[in-house]
Amino acid sequence: MENLEGLAAEAAAKISAATDAQALDQVRVEYLGKKGHITALLKGLGGLSAEERPAAGAEINRVKEALSDQISQSKLRLDQAAVDARLEAEKIDVTLSGRGQHAGGLHPVTRTIERISEFFGSIGFEVVEGPEIEDDYHNFEALNIPAHHPARAMHDTFYVDDSTVLRTHTSPVQVRVMESSEPPMKLICPGRVYRCDSDLTHTPMFHQVEGLLISEDTSFADLKGMLESFLRSFFEKELSVRFRPSYFPFTEPSAEVDIQCVMCGGEGCRVCSHTGWIEILGCGMVHPSVFEASNIDAERFTGFAFGLGVERLAMLRYGVNDLRLFFENDLRFLAQFK
Amino acid sequence: MKFSEQWLREWVNPAVDTEQLAARLTMAGLEVDAMDPVAGKFSGVVVAQIIAVHPHPDAEKLQVCQVSDGKSEVQIVCGAANARAGIKIPLATLGAVLPGDFKIKKAKLRGVESFGMLCAEQELGLAESSDGLMELPADAPLGQDIRAYLNLDDTVIELGLTPNRADCLSLRGIAREAAVLSELAFEDKAISAVAATIDDVLPVVVSAAEDCPRYVGRVIRNVDVSAASPLWLQEKLRRCGLRSIDAVVDVTNFILLELGQPMHAFDLDKINGGINVRHAAAGEVVALLDGQNLELREGALLIADEKQPLALAGIMGGELSSVTDVTQHLFLEAAFFAPDKVAGRARSYGLHTDSSHRFERGVDFELPARAIERATALIIEICGGEAGAISFVDSELPAREPILLREKRIEKLLGMALSTSDVESILTGLGMSVSPTEGGWTVIAPSWRFDISIEVDLLEELARVYGYNRLPITPIRDTLTIRTAPESKRGLPLVRQQLVARGYQEAITYSFIDPDMHAALSEGEVGVELLNPISADMSIMRTSLLPGLLKTAMHNAKRQQSRIRLFESGLRFIKCADGMKQIPTVAALLTGRREPESWSENGELVDFFDLKADLESLLSVSPGAISFSAAKYTSLHPGQTADVYCNDKRIGRIGALHPSLQARWDFVNPVYLFEIDLQPILERSVPVFSELSRYPEVRRDLALIVDRQLAASEVLSAVRKSAGENLSDLKLFDIYQGKGIDPERKSLALGLTFRHSSRTLNEEEVGQSVDAVVQTLKEAFGASLRN
Repeated sequence: MENLEGLAAEAAAKISAATDAQALDQVRVEYLGKKGHITALLKGLGGLSAEERPAAGAEINRVKEALSDQISQSKLRLDQAAVDARLEAEKIDVTLSGRGQHAGGLHPVTRTIERISEFFGSIGFEVVEGPEIEDDYHNFEALNIPAHHPARAMHDTFYVDDSTVLRTHTSPVQVRVMESSEPPMKLICPGRVYRCDSDLTHTPMFHQVEGLLISEDTSFADLKGMLESFLRSFFEKELSVRFRPSYFPFTEPSAEVDIQCVMCGGEGCRVCSHTGWIEILGCGMVHPSVFEASNIDAERFTGFAFGLGVERLAMLRYGVNDLRLFFENDLRFLAQFK
Repeated sequence: MKFSEQWLREWVNPAVDTEQLAARLTMAGLEVDAMDPVAGKFSGVVVAQIIAVHPHPDAEKLQVCQVSDGKSEVQIVCGAANARAGIKIPLATLGAVLPGDFKIKKAKLRGVESFGMLCAEQELGLAESSDGLMELPADAPLGQDIRAYLNLDDTVIELGLTPNRADCLSLRGIAREAAVLSELAFEDKAISAVAATIDDVLPVVVSAAEDCPRYVGRVIRNVDVSAASPLWLQEKLRRCGLRSIDAVVDVTNFILLELGQPMHAFDLDKINGGINVRHAAAGEVVALLDGQNLELREGALLIADEKQPLALAGIMGGELSSVTDVTQHLFLEAAFFAPDKVAGRARSYGLHTDSSHRFERGVDFELPARAIERATALIIEICGGEAGAISFVDSELPAREPILLREKRIEKLLGMALSTSDVESILTGLGMSVSPTEGGWTVIAPSWRFDISIEVDLLEELARVYGYNRLPITPIRDTLTIRTAPESKRGLPLVRQQLVARGYQEAITYSFIDPDMHAALSEGEVGVELLNPISADMSIMRTSLLPGLLKTAMHNAKRQQSRIRLFESGLRFIKCADGMKQIPTVAALLTGRREPESWSENGELVDFFDLKADLESLLSVSPGAISFSAAKYTSLHPGQTADVYCNDKRIGRIGALHPSLQARWDFVNPVYLFEIDLQPILERSVPVFSELSRYPEVRRDLALIVDRQLAASEVLSAVRKSAGENLSDLKLFDIYQGKGIDPERKSLALGLTFRHSSRTLNEEEVGQSVDAVVQTLKEAFGASLRN
């Protein structure tokens, strides 16, 4: 038995020296295996007297368990090291870009229309669309613009034939709704419109969102309140808004709405021609002739209409300085509106 | 409408400065577009006279002038060709400062001393350019400051008038507005009648009485048309943007500006017999003042004499009867032409004049006689002459119907009540006659307001003059409207977002396209042509969104962009037998690398199936049965093109751009395109839950040899039909052609998954299903199992 402590020390040294699972297992077999040294000592217990046997057995088992513990702990350590090594080997550069498509983007005009629609949608306006090649009646006559009316000269119309035009505004969509449904109604009509004009500040096609609200008690004060809220919400600014008398055949009273210049804050700059104000939209109370054309009782119902130029709003909102960029569709331009 | 502020202030003089006056007009609906000083900023310039002129000893083009300002004489070296003794000119004295901060100092020109400068109009900022010195009238007082003499501390104000405000196309009209806006009384100019001193009266017949309800004329004999217009007249015209022509024309133009009445002066000797205001017969020709011989359509309104047309009524005078430098006797005309009758006539002949602009919008029908009296007085004052009596031909003038204005309606429409005194003072200030009635007023509009005939016209006037910005503002009132949004529909925004998420950039292209691109891509669909396109390459409405996307891709390809993914949504326009269809459509274009260039990709290019996956993702929620079948289009690759069907209805197409077009348009890589009707992809199915099976699935794979030309979709659909109801999934996971297989055949690897909802399937059942599939494919397509 005197060599038990020696064996234990020897085994412990070998366990510590083992650098992988295989070497460790060899140590286990050498000492604790069927033919191992410690196992042999246990087998040798039979040669001892009955008095000596329990104490010697207990002593050998103590050493056996201690070695067994050392081996398991060492195994855990070695396994962890192996895992660590593998993880280290699998390390990647997490700063590299991801694989696959990049997201595209919406056209700034669409983005602006969606923003406008969201505001009016949230207060119950319905979005309605309609034809872009229109008949003269819906584009003009029903909107109180008879043939030869001087206001037609304001429109620079594209003609398909004598009685068919490319719509010059989205108001004909409103006429179609008024013809086919009963008030009260709240709707906006976004879309493409066309005017025969092309220079630095005009493109022959552009976009409008026109709105219409009809009820039994709508007044000019409601119109002012709604548009002021819209403009402040759109620009996310408590900007000043002013209403200026103007003329549209389909509304009366009619107004142009100016906002305090969003570029200079009203101080005066190139964008606002040094006036501090920017003309932003046209609006007014629906003209009784428009109601009559669509068989709506102009005594009972009142309403207002407004028209927003989408490109103009987009230019002011995003600081775009050239209208024509919207229709060149240069990807370097479009990609700025992701 | 351009006008001089000083002239306006002769009519009405509100105690505000120019800026405030302009703001007042703008905020009342007469928008001030521009304000410009009449002259440049200068000082120290006086009226002077050239006493003597001597040639410069050392310079051919210079002269040495002795100039007097009435008190002293100075020597001035001058290069102007019109410098001559006797004329009066503006003299910039020593110390004067001319526009551009140019200081006048004593100078030596080629050795001769000069003590100041003689000025041209341009040098004083009075004209854009000028030719020689500005010559002042002979009675100009020597030594007077030129700013005071010419009344140059004045501003030209330009109004952008809306078509309803014809009444403000004159100083008189603007003055009336300025007065009511400033709460001042408006006083119309007193015009006294010029008594007839001769008996001449030219006979006038108005045959077209509806078009011309009032015609006023007068003969003036023995005028001196060579008399110069006085300076005040020339200056007034100049400041309103009109050039001085001769005294007679200047006077009629002055009346146009001052009162708003277009007038015309004829050479009396060139009128045969008398005047007839009549409609033209088709083909009649009138020689106009601008030199053109205009062939008329039937119904054009003419001022004619017994022999021939003299003028296009209300639009332009004629050459044959015009006043020239030998004219001795005049016939003056002032008429009222009915706006609704003459509207559009000038434009129909490509003409637009100061007269037609006013008559179409409406000229005060009570003006003609006043205008003729004022013009007569001025002509006689300047040119001399004797006037005959005024002749009138009147028929039915516009009726001024009383309009009922209800107090309640004001409140309902404007959102506030106006006081009785506000209502009455605003309306009377605008020239209306107002009398109170039960609950409101009865109002009659004046003869110069053609835009006022119903109650709301009055409401607008009240709101406008009271001030839009003084009217109340109501916050948005929450009237709860609940709209049910059907789940079986989705909006276009969702479709757009889907494409954006898959890497597409939205484009918006013009709806009118180049006829050449149309021809290349229309596939026989007929486009709608514009009568008046903005240019030849934007003259036909698109029948397809593809030309716009291709043009956009070309534009970007030229700017070093080779990887392009675009989409657009919008209408396409197709002419058909029963008119025209306007079809909401979405289209996409794909070319270049599959993925953005990066460390993780290998430069592989997109192909048909990349685009098809994107299209299938749009269609995946469709409740209809979607299928693709090979198709041919002249603009697309014959072997890489499919039609798309929804429930057997063709809804679009997908394919590669034909290689010949790819080359023609300089695309380096193949270009893939789809175009599909929007309607079917806005439909989506509403999910219906089905029970999940708790039993395991069984998969069997089959490798089949079939004809190379056989479409996979046919095989798959035959499998689905023959595999029985337990088939829960079917995949085509490999296609092989090549070694070990007949070159006319291909191998398809199919994965069939079976599952039953309420029990485990046994080997035998699955085996039977697979056998049925193999048997069916063998019979239908001659398919054999691959060993």
